[in-house]
Amino acid sequence: MTATEAKVTRSKTKETFSGLGKDLLLKMHDLMLQSRILEERLIKIYKTGEAFFWIGAPGEEAFGVPLGLLSHKGQGLAYDYFHLHYRCTPTLVAMGMKAEDSIRLIMNKKGDVCTGGRNFSNHYCFPEMNITPVSSPIEIQYGIALGTARAQKRFGGKGISVVSGGDAGTAEGDFATCLIWSSRPGEELPILITVQNNGWGISTDYKSQHSEDKISDRGKAFNIKSETINGNDPVESYIKLKEAYDYIRKHKKPYLIEAYVSRLYGHSSASGANLHQDQEDGLKSYEKRLLRADLIKEKDVKALYEKYDKEYAALFRKIQKEEGPSADSIWDHTFVNNENADWRNF
Amino acid sequence: MANMAQAIRMALHFAEENYDVKDIFGQDVGAPLGGVFTATQGLKTAWNTPLDERGIVATAIGLGLAGERCVAEIQFCDYIFNTIDLLKYAGNLNWSTHGNYNLPITLMTPVGAGIRGSVYHSHSFDGWATRIPGWKIVMPSNPRDAYGLLLSAIKDPNPVMFLKPKSLLRIKGEKLIPGEPASEKDLKDAIDAPLGDRSNWTPKWPNIKEHLVEIGKAKVIKEGKDLTIVSYGRTLPLCQQLAEKHKSADIEVIDLRSLYPYDWKTIYESVKKTKRVLFVNEETEVTNFAEHLSYRVSQSDLFYRIYASPRVLAGKNVPGIGLHPNLEEATVPYSEEIKKEIEEVLNIVP
Repeated sequence: MTATEAKVTRSKTKETFSGLGKDLLLKMHDLMLQSRILEERLIKIYKTGEAFFWIGAPGEEAFGVPLGLLSHKGQGLAYDYFHLHYRCTPTLVAMGMKAEDSIRLIMNKKGDVCTGGRNFSNHYCFPEMNITPVSSPIEIQYGIALGTARAQKRFGGKGISVVSGGDAGTAEGDFATCLIWSSRPGEELPILITVQNNGWGISTDYKSQHSEDKISDRGKAFNIKSETINGNDPVESYIKLKEAYDYIRKHKKPYLIEAYVSRLYGHSSASGANLHQDQEDGLKSYEKRLLRADLIKEKDVKALYEKYDKEYAALFRKIQKEEGPSADSIWDHTFVNNENADWRNF
Repeated sequence: MANMAQAIRMALHFAEENYDVKDIFGQDVGAPLGGVFTATQGLKTAWNTPLDERGIVATAIGLGLAGERCVAEIQFCDYIFNTIDLLKYAGNLNWSTHGNYNLPITLMTPVGAGIRGSVYHSHSFDGWATRIPGWKIVMPSNPRDAYGLLLSAIKDPNPVMFLKPKSLLRIKGEKLIPGEPASEKDLKDAIDAPLGDRSNWTPKWPNIKEHLVEIGKAKVIKEGKDLTIVSYGRTLPLCQQLAEKHKSADIEVIDLRSLYPYDWKTIYESVKKTKRVLFVNEETEVTNFAEHLSYRVSQSDLFYRIYASPRVLAGKNVPGIGLHPNLEEATVPYSEEIKKEIEEVLNIVP
């Protein structure tokens, strides 16, 4: 095939992106890029000895960004509650999280608005966006989401609860709890249950432990609308997530989405945090499609990379100089309003 | 006088009407049963859950995150152990988020022996509960305190565990709850569900009033000068009876009521006066909560004032409580053993 013939063929099969508009397509790309570069900055911070631990989300951008973009963002029962796991930077970036909040968190600075320097990277908490605290215990969020969803159902309005987790954690009973409790006859709850299936639980292959064809099949046993999607494709993710959000808001019933995603830098810094090039990179795949469709230029992509990399590097240098929490603050917030919790002072 | 189950029921009703409680839930908590000990009969917001303790605690946490005050129940504390990580999460939530979120939730569960409950209906939980920082832990020993502590628990912005001494749930009080009918029959007719078909039954709640027992405050239920006994829950009335009957010693009895935070000042002043102290509870004896209190006595200036080393009488450190009375009574403190311990402490010559 000559170059001219190839050009004709491409133009004949020009991608429609399922009807999504150019602005949205470019916005998703921009947010995916922001999230990736931020995560790579966090890894660099860890690798230069400026943080104790990294865990995060490179490889989940194509699913995480639309999950956040489609949310009804705000504080209180009228808005969506998010019960996320520790690979959800893309969702938070899409919802407007400031990069500096993520950097302060991994560097356990006093000004870390999520935990005050007390918890790991990606353990986000933003009450102003109904982002409930990310927990290290795997999957407990699947049960906890039932509570906010119950309160929302009673409140009315369009707010729903969104809960996310990984494939390995679906072995925990809390996942079954979520399926059973969210589908109680006549008491169904408005929950979007997502499973980001990257095929691994630290070093253990999902296929070596699970015989079910799809995790989403488990939802069907409870008459929960369930689907498995390609979470490395932001267009498919956006379309399917929109269907799910709309269904839940309208019917006040649960919806389960399993999304196949990649884990590009391994489990965490404990496994090296090195790039695994044997998996699909949803961001790169998407970029190629946008370039092929002439929706973006190579030079623009390069400029975006440089812009965000420079921005986050500068943030790191600024935050590096900030102080950590003081030793005498350990009792703070044990009880609400710093009511004394130290028995020595009872 | 109301019994403790009725007092708890009235407190929950008061909280529904006045504290905006919208969810009282757990296994068999809603109609038709209203709780295996009847403590949730007739409540308009009580509902039944799947048989899933983790789901119960997790749902309570979620409701708390949404800013709602709720009361969840684990049917027996013997079945709470599979929720320990959730309890830990609830306890550290305000702390680990640097005050971003708090959990105004109450978790109640029946504890202790005394009903011939054998291996899985006789456990205590106070030793475990007091090892989960961020929770407040309370345990009443009479109906009026149960009412007041439960209302305080529900109003508190922190997670509070309300431990119900199951063997005392049918005991009656000595003082009316504010607004409680003077006639026991009138109260029973008004708020106890009938036997048989209850589908058309609704309670007629008395016009009860707010009565709060401050969390963190113990109560001296009998004053004395020769020995201090600190107890709570099932063993408290046993200690009280022995103290009242004692012929030669004038024994002071403290109902701790609140395990964390606890009322050190009351314990301190009492021991300073009596110079002898015995802590009594029915949790297993190794790493028992009373060991902490005893340690505190020994680490304070009381060490130089007391006539006898502080003593702890608790449940034997065996894996369970056997069903046969010989086994149960040899495992957790009953009157004979408490009496023997009292004599030993009193007879120590400094």
